Amino acid sequence: MSSAGIRTAPAGQAASVAALETAAGRLPGYGRLTRIALIGNPNSGKTSLFNQLTGLNQKVGNFPGVTVDRKTGISQLTSQHRAEIIDLPGTYSLYPKSLDEKVITDLLYDQGSAQYPDFVVVTADASNLRRNLLLFTQLADLGLPAVLALNMMDVAEQHGISIDLAELQQELGVPVIPMNARKGIGVAALKIVMAQQLDAPSVSFYEPEPELLPMIRQIRYYFNLHNDYLALHYAHQFRQISFLTPDEKAYIAELVAKYEFEPTARQAQETIARYNRINELLLNVVLVTRTEKAEPYSNRIDKVLTHRVWGYLIFVLVLFLLFQAVFAWASYPMELIDQGVAWINSLIQTNFDGPLISLLTEGILAGLGGVLIFIPQIALLFAFIAVLEETGYMARVTFMMDRIMRKFGLNGKSVVPLISGMACAVPAIMSARTIENRKDRLITIFVTPLMSCSARIPVYTVLIGLVVPDQPVLGIFNLRGVALMGLYLLGFVSAVGSAWAMKLLMRTTERSYFIMEFPVYRWPRWKNVGLTIIEKVKAFVFQAGKVIMAISVILWVLASYGPGQAMEQAETRARNTAISQALTPAETESRVASQKLESSYAGRFGHLIEPAIRPLGFDWKIGISLLTSFAAREVFVGTMSTIYSVGQDANELTVQQKLAAEKDENGQPFFTPARSASLLVFYVFAMQCMSTLAATYRETKGWRWPILQLVYMTGLAYLASLLVYQVLK
Amino acid sequence: MPTPTLAPETAARRSVKDLQLGESGTICCLKDPEMALKLLEMGCIPGTRVRLNSRAPLGCPITLVVGEAADYTLSLRVSEAATILLKE
Repeated sequence: MSSAGIRTAPAGQAASVAALETAAGRLPGYGRLTRIALIGNPNSGKTSLFNQLTGLNQKVGNFPGVTVDRKTGISQLTSQHRAEIIDLPGTYSLYPKSLDEKVITDLLYDQGSAQYPDFVVVTADASNLRRNLLLFTQLADLGLPAVLALNMMDVAEQHGISIDLAELQQELGVPVIPMNARKGIGVAALKIVMAQQLDAPSVSFYEPEPELLPMIRQIRYYFNLHNDYLALHYAHQFRQISFLTPDEKAYIAELVAKYEFEPTARQAQETIARYNRINELLLNVVLVTRTEKAEPYSNRIDKVLTHRVWGYLIFVLVLFLLFQAVFAWASYPMELIDQGVAWINSLIQTNFDGPLISLLTEGILAGLGGVLIFIPQIALLFAFIAVLEETGYMARVTFMMDRIMRKFGLNGKSVVPLISGMACAVPAIMSARTIENRKDRLITIFVTPLMSCSARIPVYTVLIGLVVPDQPVLGIFNLRGVALMGLYLLGFVSAVGSAWAMKLLMRTTERSYFIMEFPVYRWPRWKNVGLTIIEKVKAFVFQAGKVIMAISVILWVLASYGPGQAMEQAETRARNTAISQALTPAETESRVASQKLESSYAGRFGHLIEPAIRPLGFDWKIGISLLTSFAAREVFVGTMSTIYSVGQDANELTVQQKLAAEKDENGQPFFTPARSASLLVFYVFAMQCMSTLAATYRETKGWRWPILQLVYMTGLAYLASLLVYQVLK
Repeated sequence: MPTPTLAPETAARRSVKDLQLGESGTICCLKDPEMALKLLEMGCIPGTRVRLNSRAPLGCPITLVVGEAADYTLSLRVSEAATILLKE
């Protein structure tokens, strides 16, 4: 008894010490991490600062209640103090224009929320302080404790701008930290300030006009808000604030009508008032020694990169390089991954046996291989896109393409999703979020999956290899390469054509605009590029990967089991015919496997839909592949290898050989050029990707668009295949 | 309530759209209330100097250099530039 008592006492002590230690890592009294929101203008170096503060401790999740991504990270501020940093989208003001920016208002207007930040770090471009301070003054007036991270001090200096930091700090009433986030200068100082408990700014920059006060006060009272400016924002934006209930919205709507509140005019008035205040404030703070920046180098680079001839040529060259990277360079690591998975598979298969092992190798590992193999392509594509964004070139591309894209109902900014769509439509559709105009954005989302994504490559490779001879064209090109290029072009043309048709069909009152800051050319920050790659690969592996894995397992079950005794009977039948025809053991096994598959659930599915796809030249075996690869195109090759040889590992080449050896009922090769072309065209158009549908659902917040997309693309695929097969037959 | 940024409808003034390459002008007012909000936030405040810096290869969009000290470059469509009226 006594010895037990002695033993428990130190254990209890140790537990309380541990509790004390964890408590010390947090802000005293809060019992949780300090929550800090990072906010700033686009191109103000916010992403660099976020990466400097959090490094690899980042994760992407959903904002609670809104289906929009948010990036958070943990930052070690001091040795005892850690904080959660929330990265908010770049914005010019607190009046959101795009879906992306709406995240900010949803976070900052709900003071009762558990997600409400303790304070905000505002990044500002020191070389362009006037405009960057607009957002700062709005945040300060919301009553949020803030720190101003005055970034790009080096650029300001180069431009002959000197800033009196002490005076600025005095005027703004918050700590001001001079920084160069790209080089990490000032980050340590910022961290020390961030570890302090900050007060709300004492200075006010804008007071709502007196005639608005009755309305503001009523909103304040109703929602129990601590400040007038926040109440004013409720009046401006109640329709878009997602956490307000319909009753609450109706209440504000009533007030707005009663007081004849005119949001547009008031917002204009406020912005001008703020700029006047900022101009006064900066009078004693900023000294510009040179009136004109001596012909900035960016301008000179632009003379070439946006030139009417060179500009487009360079863009085509960049695209070519991108394709080269995604298709040629990526093939080496892809092959390694493929071989690695095959090696593990054969290792397991030679040492173990049984249905569980078969599930593991043919179901789970095959599915995993199908996910992992795309990592090099996705990584390279996003490396490219990140570099183009980082350097500022992407803004020039949207600038050069806007006029052209507009003709098709798109927008200069649609170029990024369309190019990304060549790797994977899922992140591409997500990247359409930066398009402010709803119609432009919906059309972009709608047509992006028509761009040939990397998941189509295996299908293209197998079928092109089957029917297109490996011979040179014009001495330098390869006929197979030309065919592949043709399929990509077909995808692109159909995307643009569909956009044009949508433009004619869709009605909208909303106006499309293209007002965008041209960032200065800069060298990419490799840390940012690296973190982007990690983020995108993670998103792919966990979002698309889940579906592909699940489908692989389901496919394995469907192909391995049949109703009642059908599988056993098929096996007996196959063995009997094999004996009567005196087949070799290998031929027997192959016959058994294919007979069993035909009687399995998957085989029955295929037979069931055969009448519908026969006009396209497809038989039940292709039918199975179409069904299973509806979930994800890359499943096609796996399914084909399953259909032609369950139980053997197969790569694209062996699948191709098997397909080439396939005979129809007359003993002629089954995969004629007409059949293969029909199948190729089907895969160019068809919406064979559940992940894409899920992404469209997420981004449009409803089933209308994903269903439209599914019906439209499948219909297009069916008609095109029908046409191709009937003409070529 | 009249908006301070809006010009009288009758005024047939020169707009940013009419600037020649390299030519500067001072913003007088913004013609289109909806567009004005966006432009104001981006720093196109009445009284600000803007210079037509370049045109996209197909003539649209254009880029403007905004501010007395050439603070930053803004790109916008010609139709949007037409809503920014210049001082005489």
